[in-house]
Amino acid sequence: MAALDLPLIWAGIIGFAIFAYVVMDGFDLGIGILFHTLPPGKERDHAMNSIAPVWDGNETWLVLGGGGLLAAFPLAYAIILPATYPLIIAMLLGLVFRGVAFEFRWRDPAHQPMWDKAFTAGSLIAALSQGIILGAVLQGIHVENDAYAGGWLDWLSPFSLLTGAALVCAYALLGSTWLVWKTEGAGQDRARRNAILLGVLTLAGMGAVSLATPFLSIDYWYRWFEMPGLILTAPVPLLVAACALVLFTSLKNGSERLPFLMALALFVLCFAGLGISIYPNIVPPNITIWQAAAPDSSLAFMLVGAVVIVPLILAYSAWAYWVFRGKVGAHGYH
Amino acid sequence: MFESFDPLILARAQFAFTLSFHFIFPALSIGLSSYLMVLEGLWLKTGKQVYLDLFHYWIKIFAIGFGMGVVSGIVMSYQFGTNWSVFSERAGSVIGPLMAYEVMTAFFLEAGFLGVMLFGMSKVGKGLHFFATCMVAIGTLISATWIIAVNSWMQTPAGHAIDTTGRFVPVSWIDIIFTASFPYRLAHTTLGAFLTTAFLVGAVGAWHLLKDSTNPGARKMFSMAMWMAALVTPVQILAGDQHGLNTLEHQPVKVLAMEGDFDPSPDGAHLVLFGIPSNADERVNYEVAIPHLGSLILKHDWNAPVPGLKDFPKEDWPPVIIVFWSFRVMVGLGFAMLGLGVWSLWARHRGKLYDWRWLHRSAVVMAPSGFIAVIAGWVTTEVGRQPWVIYGLMRTADAASPIAAPAIAVSLIAFIVVYFAVFGMGIHYMLRLMAKPPAVNEPEAEHLPQHAAGITPGASVASSQAGEG
Repeated sequence: MAALDLPLIWAGIIGFAIFAYVVMDGFDLGIGILFHTLPPGKERDHAMNSIAPVWDGNETWLVLGGGGLLAAFPLAYAIILPATYPLIIAMLLGLVFRGVAFEFRWRDPAHQPMWDKAFTAGSLIAALSQGIILGAVLQGIHVENDAYAGGWLDWLSPFSLLTGAALVCAYALLGSTWLVWKTEGAGQDRARRNAILLGVLTLAGMGAVSLATPFLSIDYWYRWFEMPGLILTAPVPLLVAACALVLFTSLKNGSERLPFLMALALFVLCFAGLGISIYPNIVPPNITIWQAAAPDSSLAFMLVGAVVIVPLILAYSAWAYWVFRGKVGAHGYH
Repeated sequence: MFESFDPLILARAQFAFTLSFHFIFPALSIGLSSYLMVLEGLWLKTGKQVYLDLFHYWIKIFAIGFGMGVVSGIVMSYQFGTNWSVFSERAGSVIGPLMAYEVMTAFFLEAGFLGVMLFGMSKVGKGLHFFATCMVAIGTLISATWIIAVNSWMQTPAGHAIDTTGRFVPVSWIDIIFTASFPYRLAHTTLGAFLTTAFLVGAVGAWHLLKDSTNPGARKMFSMAMWMAALVTPVQILAGDQHGLNTLEHQPVKVLAMEGDFDPSPDGAHLVLFGIPSNADERVNYEVAIPHLGSLILKHDWNAPVPGLKDFPKEDWPPVIIVFWSFRVMVGLGFAMLGLGVWSLWARHRGKLYDWRWLHRSAVVMAPSGFIAVIAGWVTTEVGRQPWVIYGLMRTADAASPIAAPAIAVSLIAFIVVYFAVFGMGIHYMLRLMAKPPAVNEPEAEHLPQHAAGITPGASVASSQAGEG
């Protein structure tokens, strides 16, 4: 084990867990954000049913991201969470409303409009909070003596609000392209129209965040525009343009799966860009992965489990998706 | 307006509030998922309709409770960082990996198979569906094991070293997981969850028996629950006794607070039945006590000496009145449960299990007994280890995040409002489902997601199972 750079490996695993969370809960939060624009009745029921069997598994990645951060990088966990306190609380409460609505809206037809509102509002608040947290981390956290040393509203800035809005649009794009895949008829047509608008907004958001990021700190500037970072950053805008082109053509020409896959590709590229920006820090501006890491004995103990268990998790999660594959409620067998 | 509050008290209040609320749901999920596994297994084995009916009856209730457990649990996993960041930073390397294992081995298992369990009976066939039900039930037990390991390490820490910066560093994972109090705590908590469910199921059965004593579902669930009450309650009392002896060995101050023993008793301790303990007066006011019984319970010896709180520094005492009374609530309920179990055995022996209305009425009254006992037990053990967050090593006062009082006050109020509103509605929905009697050919949930492409070997089962219309 001694030869392995365990902190770096764990940064990769937690990065993967966060990414898995963002894309998987991203499409269900996206459907939540769009939920109120769908007409009550079958379209809403179908949208809900397209995610009901899988949302719980999707959200578990958030617990792994949080629990993994505590375990592998306790210092980062102990700084980021207090620094973004109101956002974390808002996200958690948003997830409460969103999570219970799955069951409650069926259990109480008289109050279904209320739980539908709770579903939308909860999803929106959770997504917005996550986006603002991202911005707050990127813009840097004030640390003294290994502890958060700022106030409880330091996270609030035009930049963090921008990342919040951009993530809401991006989640909604994922959600609408998921609906293009999983529904048909009028619902699918609406999802297509939504996806085009949201694709434009998402790209605008990505562009604005990308333009603003190098000006947050000179470090970001160096990592993006000087060698060797330039080799990594230069292809990103080109790939984004290519994905965007395929996204919009596939939405126009009637493809059902390609739009969702292209929306996913955009997330991959954003994530790569963020990785290039932050590495080797875990709490910008100056706490690195290695400074924040737990001792190797902790990391090695968990790695043994992760290597065996995470592939198993991916396998049975994939099975659960496969069981519920196909269009939702297309030809109900009743 | 909140500047004058103590942020530490607010953070503790928030943790206690959110955890107490959360604990209700896993206590139910652990027991109910195992009950569902037993019901489905019995149905597959015997083919009797009543088991399938009960399965469909309870799984709707389980779905609501499980969802609330998930969302209130996510709150807990982040609260270590938001409100206890110093604790997280110093102990994260030890407790974090245990919690990461909980997520990897339990939460994903539960979540991955939950969708199939709730919605998939007609999609995957009976065998695979039963497998999914078992995975969910096993997942809840694995989850309990890991989180009890974390809690036990905080109560009786072992297997670690403390480095020069004051951080806890793992030395032996076996010792960290299998600490002195772990087996006792695990047994006591898991049995508590099973009994909580049994008394709820028994109360629902009794409620419907009172209206119609011929209802086959009500008879079956009442009978199963009363077997649990009669057989598992004595085991639980024994486990609690052993847990208490273990606590006396490793956390004597906690046990002395539970007993209200301020003064040392060199010739054998009395058992205080009633009284108002006071940390300030260093005594139990209005005390009603039985001589020597305390030594008999704690040492299994009539005259064994028992120390007193005054043998320990006063700054290490917990607030005795809370621990003293929460313990009595738990024990009192335990013996009430035992009483109901014995009564049901007598009724069964006389062939009157479905006829004795006072037995049924008592079972209805006992519906919340498990929940109250579980929370009282948790209060006893958690308040009892104060003022320590890591027993003997790190004080709770040194563990909190650097967050100003107003921020915590606002979040605490938000949690209280949202939890009472949302979970209050959820509990209302669960009660409404329980108020309906179990029917013959009990329908599945009415909102099963339907997907066109799921042509699986289970399709033939689908036609026979499609009870909803």
